[in-house]
Amino acid sequence: MALLEVRDLSVVFQRKGEKPFTAVDGVSFDVDPGQTVGLVGESGCGKSVTSLAIMGLLPRRGNRVGGTATFEGTNLLSLSDNQMRERRGRDLGMVFQDPLSSLNPVISIGLQVTEVLQRHRGMKGDAAKRKAAELLDKVGIPDPTRRLSEYPHQLSGGMRQRALIAIALACAPRLLIADEPTTALDVTIQAQILSLLKELVTDTGTALVMITHDLGVVAGLCDEVNVLYGGKIVERAERHALFNHARHPYTHGLLGSIPRLDAPKGEKLVPIKGSVSDNIPWDNGCAFAPRCPNAIDDCRQTMPVLETDGPGQLRCHNPVELADAVREGAR
Amino acid sequence: MTTIMPKRRKDKVDELAKAAGTSLTAQAFKRMRRSPVAITGAVIVALFLLMAIFAPLLTPKDPYFRYPELFTIKTPNFIPGSMPGFLFGSDEFGRDFFSRVLVASQQTLLVGVLATLIGLSIGMVIGGLAGAFGGWVDTVLMRLVDVMLSVPSLLLAISIAALAAQPSQWTVIIAVSIVTVPIFARLLRGAMLAQRSSDHVLAATAVGIRRRTIVLRHMLPNSMGPVLVQATLTLATAILEAAALSFLGLGDPDTDRAEWGLMLANAQRYLEVRPELAFYPAIAIIIVALGFTLLGESMREALDPKNRR
Amino acid sequence: MTTAESAGTQESTVDTLVSIQDLKVHFPIKRGVVLDRTVGYVYAVDGVTLEVKRGETYGLVGESGCGKTTLGRGLLRLVEPTSGHAWFEDVDLATLKGERLRKMRRRMQMVFQDPLSSLDPRQSVESILVEGMRAHDLDKSKESTRRRLLELLDAVGLPSTSLRKYPHEFSGGQRQRIGIARALTVEPDLIVADEPVSALDVSVQAQVINLLEDLQNEFGLTYLVIAHDLAVVRHISDRVGVMYLGGLVEEATSDALYAEPLHPYTRALLSAVPVPDPEVEDARERILLAGDLPSPANPPTGCRFHTRCPWKQEELCDTDRPELREFRPGHRVACHYAEDILAGRIQPHEVRAELVEEHGISPDMPLVGPASVTEVLE
Repeated sequence: MALLEVRDLSVVFQRKGEKPFTAVDGVSFDVDPGQTVGLVGESGCGKSVTSLAIMGLLPRRGNRVGGTATFEGTNLLSLSDNQMRERRGRDLGMVFQDPLSSLNPVISIGLQVTEVLQRHRGMKGDAAKRKAAELLDKVGIPDPTRRLSEYPHQLSGGMRQRALIAIALACAPRLLIADEPTTALDVTIQAQILSLLKELVTDTGTALVMITHDLGVVAGLCDEVNVLYGGKIVERAERHALFNHARHPYTHGLLGSIPRLDAPKGEKLVPIKGSVSDNIPWDNGCAFAPRCPNAIDDCRQTMPVLETDGPGQLRCHNPVELADAVREGAR
Repeated sequence: MTTIMPKRRKDKVDELAKAAGTSLTAQAFKRMRRSPVAITGAVIVALFLLMAIFAPLLTPKDPYFRYPELFTIKTPNFIPGSMPGFLFGSDEFGRDFFSRVLVASQQTLLVGVLATLIGLSIGMVIGGLAGAFGGWVDTVLMRLVDVMLSVPSLLLAISIAALAAQPSQWTVIIAVSIVTVPIFARLLRGAMLAQRSSDHVLAATAVGIRRRTIVLRHMLPNSMGPVLVQATLTLATAILEAAALSFLGLGDPDTDRAEWGLMLANAQRYLEVRPELAFYPAIAIIIVALGFTLLGESMREALDPKNRR
Repeated sequence: MTTAESAGTQESTVDTLVSIQDLKVHFPIKRGVVLDRTVGYVYAVDGVTLEVKRGETYGLVGESGCGKTTLGRGLLRLVEPTSGHAWFEDVDLATLKGERLRKMRRRMQMVFQDPLSSLDPRQSVESILVEGMRAHDLDKSKESTRRRLLELLDAVGLPSTSLRKYPHEFSGGQRQRIGIARALTVEPDLIVADEPVSALDVSVQAQVINLLEDLQNEFGLTYLVIAHDLAVVRHISDRVGVMYLGGLVEEATSDALYAEPLHPYTRALLSAVPVPDPEVEDARERILLAGDLPSPANPPTGCRFHTRCPWKQEELCDTDRPELREFRPGHRVACHYAEDILAGRIQPHEVRAELVEEHGISPDMPLVGPASVTEVLE
């Protein structure tokens, strides 16, 4: 059985006097121990909301969460706030995009780490401090003992993200959810953080859910990739398969939109036309249809379902032909 | 029948507005129209304005005439209350109290609006100059404002009023307006400085727009929101402060003049005999101040960029 | 016409549009309650020399804090340069004043990173676009102005109904199109695009990149593109300059820079950019830099990069600041040991991370414990 089984997760936001908005729409995926699963998509595709819903971090009012997220036999979505707080930090760790706003600005780094150790592992005093320094050292923060007494604003962006990872790792969680952990960082710092995450997964067997908009990050890190569009998973595949022959026109389009560092100069990008605001509702059609180069009549009439497609899964009436996909993937 | 036409016209207007695009001001206005707080405030303010404008037509009796039928039965220990023809009864001089409360709205409005307008104009000039030029102009002007701020407002008003050779309603107006100057100056300056470093001002500079045009077309309009909100709120406090100054006897000593603050001041001598003399003007002041405050607060909410969608 | 200018145009077919010479922009750090006292400087741009040729796209790449944005703004005089020159044809922008500077702005325009905040929220698209034309007396008649606006909207791919709408009514990509149209209204020669696509979604980024390329061909524009994303810069630029801590460390054609990076920092940067291809990702050698960018208020002595450089040598690196020298025609590098590194005579070694304080900088802090080491992943 998988470590985390998400089944038919949906999140509907309902603000007073406004139409309800479905941010996540029937998302299902599994995460095995030691596996890295990517959730990829552009802004508004529901990837962050998915992670917040699993972690029980959505605001209590103004939304409806449906489906299940089973972690080692327990449905996380059915737990009370207190039970969930107990789980977070101990079994589940989370790393956010903006490390400065996720760290408490008026508490020292050391205290923020030891707090977690005290709370979930009952460590006290010097033992907790030693462990905290060890953790900071492990995530590559130089001079960890001195850093313990410093405050978030005294650290650089990269160091803050390391501190946040240290806090998330304090109790050796079995699942780590990283929500755009490197988006706010420079590329050389991003490379450091990514290699750190990779190391952690290999060394400790922690499962990692990586949420990002950057297909380059996914290519180097994830075992399995879920591509989200308009709140639904539109394609799921092992990473080599996904990048070598993307079948969904959206995935295919994304890959064509990215300027590649190693592409020969002068090659024109192939953008996806329009923007997310052109989406049509999923109810009776495919949300992507108005932007899709492959759209056929069916796409505006019936909703495509997520079907098995070779080793992966695909939600599309008229996918990119396998032959074309292979040829273009190997450009 | 009657409801159909306006509704259809409204749809038409909305449709046109859609094609033309909706400015932020139009959006804010739309939000205000949906807010019960804004509507309450607007209704109160509108009623008050109507009352002030049409006071001479609304008063059932002459507010300045000492009616013999009231004056003769009035004694130091008895002021006649409500009676036929005199809804609120008599005041301490045998005048029709109801008519006087109505007429007093004119004075209150005049003082409040004039004081706010004068304060707003001077404050905007100071704040605008400081925000547009920055540097030493800003430093000098703002230190000046700091000095003005360091004196408690009522105290400043009292000293101005006391300095005036001949106390009149103008002393009150000027005293209250000077007190409001620093508020507007600081607010506009702060907003202008924020605009100065904004991307769109930088963009306008990069396009080669003249400095003057940037200040007048980009910085000023984008800084006006909080100032307008403050002006509405200041109307409320100006009315209260003017009343307070009149109450303290710093306003026009003319006993004929009807003004809520003055009426309140005079009523304290007869508080045991006839508390209504204090009650009606007090209620009037509170309701008007509340009306402007509600309007101002809902404006603030409507203009808040966080509510933009 | 000056003799220099006529000589210049006769000599070469590809003439230089912009020539930046030893440009410095230092921001004073001020402290004090009543009277501001200058306690130090942020050396945002510290001596940059480069040329942009007419019709080309020059890409300026570097990480946050390297001074690339300040360089662009210093060139356009949106910030005041501390010293140095910025020639636009035969006019030194760095000393231009008042009305002459304002008139000059018609020829050099800017596209901003955040398309929403760079558009006045209270102005309709029409008034945003007309404004620049009016400032430079380009709106001859109502009729011709209107025709011009519709042409521009068409060129940037916006419907003509956009004119009466307001910036907040558009999507991010459309707003950036408005920003580009605004720059085009005054018929400029040069456009400085500061992170033109980094605020946009990936699928929309490509639209804007393609648009910029099309417009360059259509209007014969010269671009200075400033970005942190090396892949974007390489895609769009003819030549690329790499900045680190206020200085240019390497400059080459975009193909040469990718094929044979000479400066250790360029190598690290290239190896850090993720490529959306698992095979490439699995196989590539990654040079991980230790630690963070030092503070530009207290830059390291000698070579700015020596604190993080895996190829740092005992001599020269921490004492002498290397000149940006011509390594081979069209390829400049600022490294004392570029030849030795290229030939493999110097091998990378492990670097211990130096502490970089966000506030309060002391140069002699104890260096304990390794950060991420320089490692070569297979």
